Amino acid sequence: MGYVAVKGGTEAIAASIERLKYERYKHGTVLDAGQIRAGMRLLVDQVMSESSLYNEAIAALCIKQAEGSPEEAVFIMRAFRSTLPRTHYSCVIESHTMRIERRISATFKDIPGGQILGASYDYVHRLIDRKLATESNDDAVAWLAAWHAAALGSDTDRPARNGADGEPAAQLPIGELPKVLDYLRSQGLMKTVDDDNTPPVDVTKQSLSFPASRSARLQVMTRGQTGTVTALGYASLRGYGPLLHPAVAELRVGLLPVHIPDPFGDQDDDEDSYYIGQVRVTEVESVVPVSVPRGAGHSDIEFDIGYGICFGQNETKAIAMSLLDQCLEDPNPAHPTHDEEFVLLHIDSVEATGFISHLKLPHYVTFQSELDSARRSRLAQQASSSDREVVVPTRGSR
Amino acid sequence: MSTAQSTDKRDTFYNFAFFDEGSKREIRRATLKAIAIPGYQVPFASREMPIARGWGTGGLQLTLSLVGREDTLKVIDQGADESVNAVNIKKLVVNTTGIDVTEDTEAATLIQSRHRVPEVPLREDQILVLQVPMPEPLRAVERSEQLTKRLHAERDYSGAYLMLFEQIMRHGRVSTGPDHPVEVQDRYVMAPSPIPRFDNPKMDHSRALILLGAGREKKIYAVPPFTRVKSLDFEDHPFQVEDVAGRCCRLCGATDVFFDELFDDATGRTQYQCNDTSFCHQRQDALEAADA
Repeated sequence: MGYVAVKGGTEAIAASIERLKYERYKHGTVLDAGQIRAGMRLLVDQVMSESSLYNEAIAALCIKQAEGSPEEAVFIMRAFRSTLPRTHYSCVIESHTMRIERRISATFKDIPGGQILGASYDYVHRLIDRKLATESNDDAVAWLAAWHAAALGSDTDRPARNGADGEPAAQLPIGELPKVLDYLRSQGLMKTVDDDNTPPVDVTKQSLSFPASRSARLQVMTRGQTGTVTALGYASLRGYGPLLHPAVAELRVGLLPVHIPDPFGDQDDDEDSYYIGQVRVTEVESVVPVSVPRGAGHSDIEFDIGYGICFGQNETKAIAMSLLDQCLEDPNPAHPTHDEEFVLLHIDSVEATGFISHLKLPHYVTFQSELDSARRSRLAQQASSSDREVVVPTRGSR
Repeated sequence: MSTAQSTDKRDTFYNFAFFDEGSKREIRRATLKAIAIPGYQVPFASREMPIARGWGTGGLQLTLSLVGREDTLKVIDQGADESVNAVNIKKLVVNTTGIDVTEDTEAATLIQSRHRVPEVPLREDQILVLQVPMPEPLRAVERSEQLTKRLHAERDYSGAYLMLFEQIMRHGRVSTGPDHPVEVQDRYVMAPSPIPRFDNPKMDHSRALILLGAGREKKIYAVPPFTRVKSLDFEDHPFQVEDVAGRCCRLCGATDVFFDELFDDATGRTQYQCNDTSFCHQRQDALEAADA
């Protein structure tokens, strides 16, 4: 009768855990967490983003422990996060202070500061590079030396910038590039709004309630499972929403400085704050054309914004998040992607994988209870069908 | 048991009982509110645990927030102390607290259970923590959390009764399995967690405090001691527990308990044994002692 009703469960579990260790050790070689951090940058980024904990070293260790499974690594990291006291909240970070590593716009070719391609898989062919099978650390070191020498020898900034007509774009400082959306705002095509610096809800300290505030929605989405955020964003684009074609006004990858207020000084005085480090993020601002009625049967096209941001470089997730942000700003019960309970309650990796995997737990008692109901309803059915002409069709009750 | 021994068993990398003290206090605050409003689901900032969501993290957070050095813990999963998940949960609590565990229901001060109320009646000095997968009894009739919250506020439980009525129309009788909804102290309708209907009456005027925790759904609720708990039913279709008449345990001979159903390959016959394994072991030991 399985592993529940008998003695000996403890020993079986211990043996299973040993077997798990064997799977990680069986080839007689182990990965160094430093190698994971160096060579699995994007997996480390994804795990940090879904864990909402920014620490590359811990993420790398969790990936090692989880044998590379993102859901397991996120799980371990989230559990660790639960044990950390919340000692500080950062000051408001203005995202235009980002030290940009990559910045592109799909709405305007010539943007002030230029398009900065940075590092991306967008421009490579996905062909297996067989040379990687034999490359060595020495190759990497030699390539790096040559690359640094070439970069020092040239006058241009390291990021490859492209202005109009292939001319080098005006060299603006990399920390002060204007936002593409500001251009649309200056043209009156987009509403201007004041900064909203009300302290955001902390969804990890206060459980989500509905209707959710935008700060709560953005937090839940930024820690959402990459695949789920992508799938729902895709669904909104493909037809489970009012078919609008959004565009990426600006996508940025770069480093944001983080400050905390002086714990002994004035909490609101940014001058007194301490710099504690920087986080790499992907930030996306999408524009979505919407029709705004102006009365007398006339309507104008205006642009709505969708905002996406996540730890590390994870562009698909950030773009999908920006689409969902716009969807949720425009609630519509007809479309699941415009229903905040549907989106926000189902995109968390730890919650979704946990509940799915609980189906592996024994359900002997609950199933026994269902069985009792099923048997009795059969009996009741047989009794009543002999009494009555019409049999009510049975359907599953749960 | 001495404190020195406790510290030996404990992994001191983590705080006592895993969480930082602030987190534990926050969970206890939600628990106090839950006790003050019987049957009402109190939202709380459910933490991610080293054990998966859906595997008892709501119960585990309650247990960890309540456990003290003097406590003795019992954990059961669908009636069994030795089930994989019960063992796993016990191991985590012991690793982070160093407290004693027991299988003896009467020796435990804190009992965490998945989907069973023990057969042995509980006492005033015990706390029963139940793990809850779906805390919302109205979810089957209303998918939106925002709306179910309003239905509770307005005490609009027509949906819950309608669900039972539809079952009678379809199946000729109420066909709920486990998790048959209850009304607590004439106010809130509550999901008792997927305990068999057999265990529902044990909640009524329970001497022990019953706490229910849903980790994934981030809710805590409670049945304080000596509180009225009534399973929803109709006058002409009274609430019925699972039929255990004519069955007795093949190991200890117990009757009128909840059974596991076993199929004997050799004889092709269906047999029964107590689902509550520690209850059954104790009866077997008593029988052996009597024989000797």
